[in-house]
Amino acid sequence: MSKIEVTPGMFSQIEAKASLKAPIVMTLSAFLVLAVFGVFGKAGEIAFFWNKKESLSTPPDFLVHSMTFNTITGVIMVLLAAVSFFFYFRNKKTPIWLVLIFGLLGIVSMLGWLATGASMGVQLVYILGNTLLLAIPLILGGMAGIMSERVGVVNIAIEGQLLTGAFVSSVVGTITHNLYLGMVMAMIASALLSMILASLAIKYLVDQIIIGVLLNVLVIGVTNFLHSAWLNNDTSHLNAPGTFEKIRIPLLADIPFIGPVLFDNRITVYLTFIIVPLLWFLLFKTKLGLRARSVGEHPLAADTVGINVAKTRFWWVTLGGLVAGLGGAALTIGNVGSFGREMSNGQGFIALAVVILGRWHPIYVSLSALLFGFTILLRVWANQVSPGIPFDFIAMIPYLVTLVAVAGFAGKVRPPAASGQPYEKG
Amino acid sequence: MTKTVKTPDLTETKAQSVLREIMAGDPVRIALSILLGFIIGAVFMVVFNDQVVSAWSNFSADPAYAFSTIWWTIQDGYGALFSGSVFNTNADNFIDGIRPLTETLRFAAPLIMAGLGVALTFRVGLFNIGATGQIMMGLAGATFVSTRMQLPIVIHMLVAVLAAVVFASVWGIIVGILKARTGAHEVIVTIMLNYVATNLFTYFLREPNILLEANGGGTPKSDQPAETAKLGQLFGSEFAMHYGVIIAILSVIFYWWLMERSTFGFRFRMVGHNASAARAAGIKVENTFVWALAISAAFAGLAAANQGLSINGGLTTSIEAGIGFDAITVALLGGSRAGGIVMAGLLFGAFKAGSAAMQVSGVSPDVLGVVKALIVLFIAAPPIIRAIYRLPKPIPKLLIPVSKPSKVSK
Repeated sequence: MSKIEVTPGMFSQIEAKASLKAPIVMTLSAFLVLAVFGVFGKAGEIAFFWNKKESLSTPPDFLVHSMTFNTITGVIMVLLAAVSFFFYFRNKKTPIWLVLIFGLLGIVSMLGWLATGASMGVQLVYILGNTLLLAIPLILGGMAGIMSERVGVVNIAIEGQLLTGAFVSSVVGTITHNLYLGMVMAMIASALLSMILASLAIKYLVDQIIIGVLLNVLVIGVTNFLHSAWLNNDTSHLNAPGTFEKIRIPLLADIPFIGPVLFDNRITVYLTFIIVPLLWFLLFKTKLGLRARSVGEHPLAADTVGINVAKTRFWWVTLGGLVAGLGGAALTIGNVGSFGREMSNGQGFIALAVVILGRWHPIYVSLSALLFGFTILLRVWANQVSPGIPFDFIAMIPYLVTLVAVAGFAGKVRPPAASGQPYEKG
Repeated sequence: MTKTVKTPDLTETKAQSVLREIMAGDPVRIALSILLGFIIGAVFMVVFNDQVVSAWSNFSADPAYAFSTIWWTIQDGYGALFSGSVFNTNADNFIDGIRPLTETLRFAAPLIMAGLGVALTFRVGLFNIGATGQIMMGLAGATFVSTRMQLPIVIHMLVAVLAAVVFASVWGIIVGILKARTGAHEVIVTIMLNYVATNLFTYFLREPNILLEANGGGTPKSDQPAETAKLGQLFGSEFAMHYGVIIAILSVIFYWWLMERSTFGFRFRMVGHNASAARAAGIKVENTFVWALAISAAFAGLAAANQGLSINGGLTTSIEAGIGFDAITVALLGGSRAGGIVMAGLLFGAFKAGSAAMQVSGVSPDVLGVVKALIVLFIAAPPIIRAIYRLPKPIPKLLIPVSKPSKVSK
């Protein structure tokens, strides 16, 4: 018998040594914020508004001196980084809530710095509400990604599913004058696309990544053609569905600050509020979810105990398509109000990244999706406050943050073990 | 629920088995895939053509006309594609006639170069979708040399190409190092770096000290590349085709040699087949990743040089022209092999060259996007095309009788 080398973490999670990466990255970022936004920041005032400004003369709810505000924020962030070192020395992983608070402070500090001196100020409800709205397709796309990867099928086709949903919901919604029908048809169309992916990947064992990429190319090709050769001929009768009415939930919507952000939205947003916790519950608290995860981790073992691997995979991937289709509908009838050429614009790929960043967990994936929703908003917002640093750099920040997060925090994330591997019943 | 596995009929004659081998072989399957792609594309063209629709709504009035509109629509569309990408039959002389073919080659060159890069990483087992970002960075390097430096002819061009390759490679190495050192997933890293590179290149184009054109305003646009740095035209001013085609040919030869003949390529393929086995055999897998991504990005850099050093007028980000994304499809269609990538690149190049002519003929060239996707889908997923044409399954090459454990009855 050859000698087997015993490495830390080989037998259990407890033996694994906590990584220094997160504390170091946090410390560096904290000092960066403290120095750039705080101590050497801009002299001037930041105007914080809770709600969207009604008129130009609305007085700010909260007016602070930029350097003071950001220095205080920076110091708190340094303290949080110290706390993460404390966890490291106790040999514990930096908890996710700490990272979240840390990131949130960083974002507020940056917003303040960008908006220093701008009369528009930082309108918190406007920013958070739109972040949520823009993140919905990413969240739902991410959920679709989780649903298929958790059972062992890599889904690169999220982009195509979003685009299908966007197209179908817009066209059906316009022709039938019924947006709910449009939404349902979008979900069905997207699920059909998922069935193609699922059957080719599961039954015919074609490489899942290749199929995913090609389905994207196919959907982009078909929607581009239909857009230019069909929809553009008669936009008002084919591609003008408008959007869902906003539904104001009584009482809840009256809660200050949280109310207008969360409870004055369209149905697509509320459905997302239901889908995310439901998926979490299904995956981690029910027998169904346990079976699904076992198929994704070890299909042979799952098969041995009598779980039908092919069937489980097929239906989870298909249901994922339904969810992604809703995400596509959220792009058109949930936000913009008409279909545009290639309007998903890489969001399916961002959703893919969000799934990995959120470690295949519905809640964390949703939080990562919110970060990107914020990004999309930031590009628009930063242009309005004209902060005096090149616009392109602001547009770059979220992607850089993701890179740092992936390299620093997530590290070697472990996908479901059988993800991407076909299973052939022997 | 019993599945019957069809074993090849051992009683078939020699002629039958030869026929079976041909029908199950790749060339037939690929030809049929392309044919089916075009047929479905034709359906799209016909169904969404106003003339055809109006002729068929008055079908009883003139049935012959209704049928002929279908024929004319298809002929207009694909005829324009052919005369725009292969040979213009309406031309007065041979030079005008053959020009479309040279245009196809011109459009194919960058697709082939970038496709080789993506294919290289596929064979190392990495899913690199970062060609877009690498091309952007390569463009930044090439444009800086070609617009801001003054060098003698030829040398200027070579330095500009080199700058494109170096800039792109650095962008690839970042992916490699992040993957090797931190275990970050290359799909996320390349997606993010694509966005970062696009924004960075836009910023460079906006900045007067870096790339912005002289007297430029708010739009991000560079000067025209210096004449000394341009890739010259191959056959005089009659043809737009330039030395990029030569660079593409050299890259294909290099790729073939690297992957099929060199020790380096052997290591790449070994890691791609089984990373743990390669590690056990003493190959430094992490270093191999870094090298693979660096060389892969260098190919993308060549595509960038091709784009940036061949244009008349200033550059904008649109010069990338979706090559980075198309490169993934080219690599897939070409099976990540040198010969296959050349064919795939030529097909896609022909589509790009022919789309202008299609637009003129009144058929939306977007239909080519459908055709392209279908062809690659059918080729990549053999079961579909076999099911449609009822082709036989290929007999596995190794027919060693293996004594399978007898099935336990349930």
